[in-house]
Amino acid sequence: MTFSNAEIWLTILLVGVGTYVIRFSFLGLIGDRPMPAIVLRLLRYTPVAVLPAMVAPLALWPDATGGDVDPVRVTAALATLAMGVWKKHVLWAIGAGAVTLYAGLYLTGQL
Amino acid sequence: MLSATEKSAYFAGIRDGWPFVFVAGPFAMLFGVVAIEAGLSLAQAMGFSVVVIAGASQFAAVQLMVDNAGIALVLLAALAVNLRMAMYSAALVPFLGSAPLWQRACVSYLNFDQSYMASVARYETVPMTVPERFWFFIGVATPIAPTWVAFTAVGGLVGTSIPPEYALDFALPITFLAMIGPMLRTLAHVAAAFVSMCVGLVLVGLPSGSGLLIAAACAMITGVIVESWTEKRT
Repeated sequence: MTFSNAEIWLTILLVGVGTYVIRFSFLGLIGDRPMPAIVLRLLRYTPVAVLPAMVAPLALWPDATGGDVDPVRVTAALATLAMGVWKKHVLWAIGAGAVTLYAGLYLTGQL
Repeated sequence: MLSATEKSAYFAGIRDGWPFVFVAGPFAMLFGVVAIEAGLSLAQAMGFSVVVIAGASQFAAVQLMVDNAGIALVLLAALAVNLRMAMYSAALVPFLGSAPLWQRACVSYLNFDQSYMASVARYETVPMTVPERFWFFIGVATPIAPTWVAFTAVGGLVGTSIPPEYALDFALPITFLAMIGPMLRTLAHVAAAFVSMCVGLVLVGLPSGSGLLIAAACAMITGVIVESWTEKRT
Protein backbone atom coordinates (compact mmCIF):
# COMPACT_ATOMS: atom_id res chain seq x y z
CA MET A 1 0.00 0.00 0.00
CA THR A 2 1.38 3.40 -1.01
CA PHE A 3 -1.05 5.42 1.12
CA SER A 4 0.70 7.65 3.65
CA ASN A 5 -0.52 7.85 7.23
CA ALA A 6 -2.22 11.17 6.56
CA GLU A 7 -3.87 9.83 3.39
CA ILE A 8 -5.26 6.85 5.31
CA TRP A 9 -6.80 9.14 7.94
CA LEU A 10 -8.16 11.43 5.20
CA THR A 11 -9.74 8.39 3.49
CA ILE A 12 -11.31 7.23 6.77
CA LEU A 13 -12.71 10.69 7.38
CA LEU A 14 -14.09 11.10 3.84
CA VAL A 15 -15.68 7.63 3.77
CA GLY A 16 -17.17 8.34 7.20
CA VAL A 17 -18.60 11.72 6.23
CA GLY A 18 -19.92 10.36 2.91
CA THR A 19 -21.54 7.39 4.62
CA TYR A 20 -23.14 9.68 7.18
CA VAL A 21 -24.53 11.92 4.44
CA ILE A 22 -26.08 8.84 2.77
CA ARG A 23 -27.63 7.71 6.06
CA PHE A 24 -28.86 11.22 6.90
CA SER A 25 -30.10 11.90 3.36
CA PHE A 26 -33.78 11.05 3.36
CA LEU A 27 -34.46 10.92 7.09
CA GLY A 28 -32.63 14.16 7.81
CA LEU A 29 -32.99 16.37 4.77
CA ILE A 30 -35.65 15.17 2.38
CA GLY A 31 -38.22 14.36 5.06
CA ASP A 32 -41.65 13.30 3.91
CA ARG A 33 -41.39 14.44 0.29
CA PRO A 34 -41.86 11.50 -2.15
CA MET A 35 -38.95 10.14 -4.23
CA PRO A 36 -38.94 9.01 -7.87
CA ALA A 37 -39.73 5.28 -7.95
CA ILE A 38 -36.87 4.59 -10.38
CA VAL A 39 -34.32 5.89 -7.83
CA LEU A 40 -35.63 3.52 -5.15
CA ARG A 41 -35.51 0.64 -7.61
CA LEU A 42 -31.91 1.31 -8.61
CA LEU A 43 -30.87 1.71 -4.95
CA ARG A 44 -32.30 -1.72 -4.15
CA TYR A 45 -29.60 -3.37 -6.29
CA THR A 46 -26.55 -1.44 -5.10
CA PRO A 47 -25.02 -4.03 -2.74
CA VAL A 48 -25.57 -6.93 -5.11
CA ALA A 49 -24.21 -4.85 -8.01
CA VAL A 50 -20.99 -3.81 -6.30
CA LEU A 51 -19.82 -6.84 -4.35
CA PRO A 52 -19.62 -9.52 -7.12
CA ALA A 53 -17.58 -7.24 -9.42
CA MET A 54 -15.22 -6.58 -6.56
CA VAL A 55 -14.83 -10.14 -5.34
CA ALA A 56 -14.75 -12.13 -8.59
CA PRO A 57 -11.21 -11.08 -9.62
CA LEU A 58 -9.97 -11.56 -6.03
CA ALA A 59 -11.32 -15.12 -5.95
CA LEU A 60 -10.14 -16.07 -9.43
CA TRP A 61 -6.72 -14.37 -9.52
CA PRO A 62 -5.61 -14.02 -5.88
CA ASP A 63 -2.54 -11.93 -4.97
CA ALA A 64 -1.27 -14.70 -2.67
CA THR A 65 -0.55 -16.98 -5.67
CA GLY A 66 0.83 -14.14 -7.79
CA GLY A 67 -2.44 -13.88 -9.70
CA ASP A 68 -2.63 -17.55 -10.79
CA VAL A 69 -5.90 -19.47 -10.47
CA ASP A 70 -5.76 -21.55 -7.28
CA PRO A 71 -8.14 -24.56 -7.23
CA VAL A 72 -8.27 -24.47 -3.41
CA ARG A 73 -9.31 -20.82 -3.27
CA VAL A 74 -11.83 -21.18 -6.12
CA THR A 75 -13.41 -24.18 -4.35
CA ALA A 76 -13.56 -22.25 -1.09
CA ALA A 77 -15.15 -19.31 -2.91
CA LEU A 78 -17.84 -21.54 -4.44
CA ALA A 79 -18.51 -23.24 -1.08
CA THR A 80 -18.95 -19.82 0.57
CA LEU A 81 -21.37 -18.66 -2.10
CA ALA A 82 -23.34 -21.93 -2.06
CA MET A 83 -23.70 -21.94 1.73
CA GLY A 84 -24.77 -18.29 1.67
CA VAL A 85 -27.47 -19.05 -0.89
CA TRP A 86 -28.60 -22.12 1.05
CA LYS A 87 -28.57 -20.85 4.66
CA LYS A 88 -29.15 -17.16 3.84
CA HIS A 89 -26.76 -16.27 6.62
CA VAL A 90 -23.36 -14.56 6.45
CA LEU A 91 -21.77 -16.48 9.33
CA TRP A 92 -22.71 -19.90 7.96
CA ALA A 93 -21.22 -18.93 4.61
CA ILE A 94 -17.98 -17.63 6.16
CA GLY A 95 -17.71 -20.88 8.15
CA ALA A 96 -18.17 -23.01 5.03
CA GLY A 97 -15.58 -20.98 3.15
CA ALA A 98 -13.03 -21.14 5.96
CA VAL A 99 -13.46 -24.90 6.49
CA THR A 100 -13.17 -25.56 2.73
CA LEU A 101 -10.12 -23.30 2.41
CA TYR A 102 -8.22 -24.88 5.30
CA ALA A 103 -9.20 -28.43 4.33
CA GLY A 104 -8.00 -27.70 0.79
CA LEU A 105 -4.75 -26.10 1.91
CA TYR A 106 -4.11 -29.03 4.27
CA LEU A 107 -4.87 -31.69 1.62
CA THR A 108 -2.62 -30.00 -0.95
CA GLY A 109 0.20 -29.73 1.60
CA GLN A 110 0.17 -25.93 1.79
CA LEU A 111 -0.66 -25.82 5.50
CA MET B 1 -35.61 12.01 31.75
CA LEU B 2 -37.18 9.09 29.92
CA SER B 3 -40.82 8.21 30.49
CA ALA B 4 -41.63 4.65 31.58
CA THR B 5 -42.79 3.66 28.09
CA GLU B 6 -39.66 5.15 26.48
CA LYS B 7 -37.51 3.22 28.92
CA SER B 8 -39.29 -0.05 28.19
CA ALA B 9 -38.99 0.65 24.44
CA TYR B 10 -35.23 1.12 24.95
CA PHE B 11 -34.89 -2.18 26.81
CA ALA B 12 -37.05 -3.95 24.21
CA GLY B 13 -34.59 -2.62 21.63
CA ILE B 14 -31.63 -4.06 23.55
CA ARG B 15 -33.43 -7.43 23.72
CA ASP B 16 -33.95 -7.43 19.93
CA GLY B 17 -30.43 -6.18 19.24
CA TRP B 18 -28.19 -8.36 21.37
CA PRO B 19 -28.33 -11.56 19.23
CA PHE B 20 -26.67 -9.56 16.42
CA VAL B 21 -23.61 -9.30 18.65
CA PHE B 22 -22.74 -12.80 17.47
CA VAL B 23 -22.67 -11.56 13.87
CA ALA B 24 -21.02 -8.19 14.49
CA GLY B 25 -18.29 -9.57 16.80
CA PRO B 26 -16.61 -12.08 14.45
CA PHE B 27 -17.16 -9.80 11.45
CA ALA B 28 -15.51 -6.86 13.21
CA MET B 29 -12.65 -9.07 14.33
CA LEU B 30 -12.09 -10.09 10.72
CA PHE B 31 -12.04 -6.43 9.73
CA GLY B 32 -9.40 -5.77 12.37
CA VAL B 33 -7.28 -8.62 11.03
CA VAL B 34 -7.67 -7.53 7.39
CA ALA B 35 -6.96 -3.87 8.17
CA ILE B 36 -3.75 -4.68 10.04
CA GLU B 37 -2.68 -7.11 7.28
CA ALA B 38 -3.24 -4.28 4.77
CA GLY B 39 -0.84 -2.04 6.71
CA LEU B 40 -3.20 0.14 8.74
CA SER B 41 -2.35 0.95 12.36
CA LEU B 42 -4.59 -0.28 15.17
CA ALA B 43 -5.84 3.30 15.68
CA GLN B 44 -6.70 3.56 11.97
CA ALA B 45 -8.54 0.22 11.99
CA MET B 46 -10.58 1.37 14.99
CA GLY B 47 -11.00 4.80 13.39
CA PHE B 48 -12.71 3.09 10.44
CA SER B 49 -15.08 1.22 12.76
CA VAL B 50 -15.98 4.33 14.79
CA VAL B 51 -16.21 6.88 11.97
CA VAL B 52 -17.65 4.73 9.16
CA ILE B 53 -19.40 1.98 11.20
CA ALA B 54 -20.48 0.04 8.05
CA GLY B 55 -18.83 -3.36 7.58
CA ALA B 56 -18.93 -4.05 3.85
CA SER B 57 -17.74 -0.58 2.86
CA GLN B 58 -14.87 -0.75 5.37
CA PHE B 59 -13.67 -3.98 3.75
CA ALA B 60 -14.12 -2.46 0.29
CA ALA B 61 -12.15 0.67 1.20
CA VAL B 62 -9.26 -1.33 2.67
CA GLN B 63 -9.12 -3.63 -0.35
CA LEU B 64 -8.94 -0.72 -2.78
CA MET B 65 -6.29 0.97 -0.64
CA VAL B 66 -4.23 -2.22 -0.90
CA ASP B 67 -4.76 -2.08 -4.69
CA ASN B 68 -3.38 1.48 -4.59
CA ALA B 69 -6.50 3.03 -6.08
CA GLY B 70 -6.66 6.80 -5.68
CA ILE B 71 -8.56 8.32 -2.77
CA ALA B 72 -11.40 9.36 -5.09
CA LEU B 73 -11.96 5.78 -6.27
CA VAL B 74 -11.71 4.35 -2.74
CA LEU B 75 -14.34 6.87 -1.70
CA LEU B 76 -16.62 6.16 -4.68
CA ALA B 77 -16.49 2.38 -4.25
CA ALA B 78 -16.98 2.47 -0.47
CA LEU B 79 -19.91 4.86 -0.80
CA ALA B 80 -21.41 2.78 -3.64
CA VAL B 81 -21.45 -0.19 -1.24
CA ASN B 82 -23.28 2.01 1.29
CA LEU B 83 -25.87 3.42 -1.11
CA ARG B 84 -28.36 0.85 0.17
CA MET B 85 -28.41 2.90 3.37
CA ALA B 86 -30.10 5.70 1.43
CA MET B 87 -32.95 3.19 1.07
CA TYR B 88 -32.88 2.48 4.81
CA SER B 89 -32.91 6.21 5.45
CA ALA B 90 -35.90 6.64 3.14
CA ALA B 91 -37.71 3.68 4.68
CA LEU B 92 -37.39 5.15 8.20
CA VAL B 93 -39.07 8.45 7.19
CA PRO B 94 -42.66 7.23 7.75
CA PHE B 95 -41.71 6.02 11.26
CA LEU B 96 -39.24 8.65 12.48
CA GLY B 97 -39.62 11.56 10.04
CA SER B 98 -41.34 13.78 12.65
CA ALA B 99 -38.73 13.17 15.40
CA PRO B 100 -36.51 16.14 16.46
CA LEU B 101 -33.46 16.77 14.29
CA TRP B 102 -30.95 15.60 16.94
CA GLN B 103 -32.77 12.26 17.19
CA ARG B 104 -32.79 11.82 13.42
CA ALA B 105 -29.08 12.70 13.42
CA CYS B 106 -28.37 9.98 16.03
CA VAL B 107 -30.45 7.38 14.19
CA SER B 108 -28.59 8.25 10.97
CA TYR B 109 -25.21 7.54 12.59
CA LEU B 110 -26.43 4.17 13.92
CA ASN B 111 -28.39 3.17 10.80
CA PHE B 112 -26.68 -0.06 9.72
CA ASP B 113 -28.16 -3.30 8.38
CA GLN B 114 -29.05 -4.94 11.70
CA SER B 115 -30.39 -1.87 13.51
CA TYR B 116 -32.48 -0.93 10.49
CA MET B 117 -33.93 -4.41 9.96
CA ALA B 118 -34.69 -5.12 13.62
CA SER B 119 -36.32 -1.70 14.10
CA VAL B 120 -38.50 -1.71 11.00
CA ALA B 121 -39.63 -5.26 11.82
CA ARG B 122 -40.78 -3.93 15.21
CA TYR B 123 -42.34 -0.70 13.89
CA GLU B 124 -44.40 -2.63 11.37
CA THR B 125 -45.88 -5.02 13.95
CA VAL B 126 -46.16 -2.99 17.21
CA PRO B 127 -47.93 0.38 17.52
CA MET B 128 -45.46 2.87 19.08
CA THR B 129 -45.17 6.64 19.52
CA VAL B 130 -42.35 8.42 17.69
CA PRO B 131 -40.23 8.90 20.89
CA GLU B 132 -40.69 5.19 21.72
CA ARG B 133 -39.56 4.28 18.21
CA PHE B 134 -36.47 6.46 18.64
CA TRP B 135 -35.49 4.81 21.95
CA PHE B 136 -36.18 1.36 20.54
CA PHE B 137 -33.77 2.08 17.66
CA ILE B 138 -31.09 3.32 20.09
CA GLY B 139 -31.69 0.18 22.18
CA VAL B 140 -31.06 -2.11 19.21
CA ALA B 141 -27.78 -0.33 18.44
CA THR B 142 -26.63 -0.24 22.09
CA PRO B 143 -25.13 -3.75 22.23
CA ILE B 144 -24.07 -3.87 18.54
CA ALA B 145 -22.09 -0.65 17.98
CA PRO B 146 -19.64 -1.05 20.94
CA THR B 147 -19.15 -4.73 19.98
CA TRP B 148 -18.24 -3.62 16.46
CA VAL B 149 -15.53 -1.25 17.70
CA ALA B 150 -14.19 -3.48 20.48
CA PHE B 151 -13.83 -6.55 18.27
CA THR B 152 -12.12 -4.51 15.57
CA ALA B 153 -9.45 -3.87 18.21
CA VAL B 154 -9.34 -7.58 19.18
CA GLY B 155 -8.89 -8.55 15.52
CA GLY B 156 -6.21 -5.92 15.08
CA LEU B 157 -4.28 -7.17 18.11
CA VAL B 158 -4.61 -10.87 17.19
CA GLY B 159 -4.08 -10.35 13.46
CA THR B 160 -0.40 -9.46 13.57
CA SER B 161 0.42 -12.79 15.26
CA ILE B 162 -1.13 -14.93 12.49
CA PRO B 163 1.45 -16.37 9.99
CA PRO B 164 0.87 -16.13 6.18
CA GLU B 165 0.28 -19.91 5.73
CA TYR B 166 -3.14 -19.36 7.27
CA ALA B 167 -4.20 -17.61 4.05
CA LEU B 168 -5.77 -14.61 5.76
CA ASP B 169 -5.48 -12.90 2.38
CA PHE B 170 -8.58 -14.87 1.52
CA ALA B 171 -10.58 -13.78 4.57
CA LEU B 172 -11.77 -10.71 2.70
CA PRO B 173 -12.97 -12.42 -0.51
CA ILE B 174 -14.73 -15.04 1.63
CA THR B 175 -16.48 -12.35 3.67
CA PHE B 176 -17.70 -10.59 0.51
CA LEU B 177 -18.85 -13.84 -1.05
CA ALA B 178 -20.65 -14.73 2.16
CA MET B 179 -22.57 -11.45 1.97
CA ILE B 180 -23.62 -12.05 -1.64
CA GLY B 181 -25.45 -15.36 -1.08
CA PRO B 182 -28.11 -14.03 1.33
CA MET B 183 -28.71 -11.04 -1.00
CA LEU B 184 -29.84 -13.24 -3.90
CA ARG B 185 -33.51 -13.07 -2.95
CA THR B 186 -35.10 -12.65 -6.38
CA LEU B 187 -34.31 -13.42 -10.02
CA ALA B 188 -33.51 -9.72 -10.48
CA HIS B 189 -30.89 -9.86 -7.69
CA VAL B 190 -29.34 -12.99 -9.23
CA ALA B 191 -29.22 -11.35 -12.67
CA ALA B 192 -27.67 -8.18 -11.23
CA ALA B 193 -25.03 -10.20 -9.37
CA PHE B 194 -24.22 -12.22 -12.49
CA VAL B 195 -23.82 -9.14 -14.68
CA SER B 196 -21.71 -7.49 -11.98
CA MET B 197 -19.40 -10.52 -11.81
CA CYS B 198 -19.03 -10.87 -15.61
CA VAL B 199 -18.44 -7.17 -16.32
CA GLY B 200 -16.12 -6.95 -13.31
CA LEU B 201 -14.00 -9.82 -14.62
CA VAL B 202 -13.89 -8.47 -18.20
CA LEU B 203 -12.94 -4.95 -17.11
CA VAL B 204 -10.43 -5.99 -14.43
CA GLY B 205 -7.59 -4.50 -16.51
CA LEU B 206 -9.00 -0.96 -16.34
CA PRO B 207 -7.34 1.52 -13.93
CA SER B 208 -8.08 0.47 -10.36
CA GLY B 209 -11.68 0.80 -9.36
CA SER B 210 -13.16 2.20 -12.58
CA GLY B 211 -14.11 -1.24 -13.95
CA LEU B 212 -15.94 -1.82 -10.69
CA LEU B 213 -18.08 1.28 -11.11
CA ILE B 214 -19.02 0.40 -14.71
CA ALA B 215 -19.87 -3.15 -13.60
CA ALA B 216 -22.01 -1.85 -10.73
CA ALA B 217 -23.91 0.55 -13.01
CA CYS B 218 -24.59 -2.24 -15.57
CA ALA B 219 -25.73 -4.57 -12.77
CA MET B 220 -28.11 -2.04 -11.18
CA ILE B 221 -29.74 -1.35 -14.53
CA THR B 222 -29.99 -5.11 -15.13
CA GLY B 223 -31.68 -5.55 -11.75
CA VAL B 224 -34.31 -2.92 -12.54
CA ILE B 225 -34.94 -4.31 -16.05
CA VAL B 226 -35.35 -7.89 -14.81
CA GLU B 227 -37.56 -6.69 -11.97
CA SER B 228 -39.98 -4.90 -14.30
CA TRP B 229 -39.88 -7.89 -16.66
CA THR B 230 -40.81 -10.37 -13.90
CA GLU B 231 -43.54 -7.99 -12.65
CA LYS B 232 -45.13 -7.91 -16.09
CA ARG B 233 -45.16 -11.71 -16.30
CA THR B 234 -46.95 -12.23 -12.97
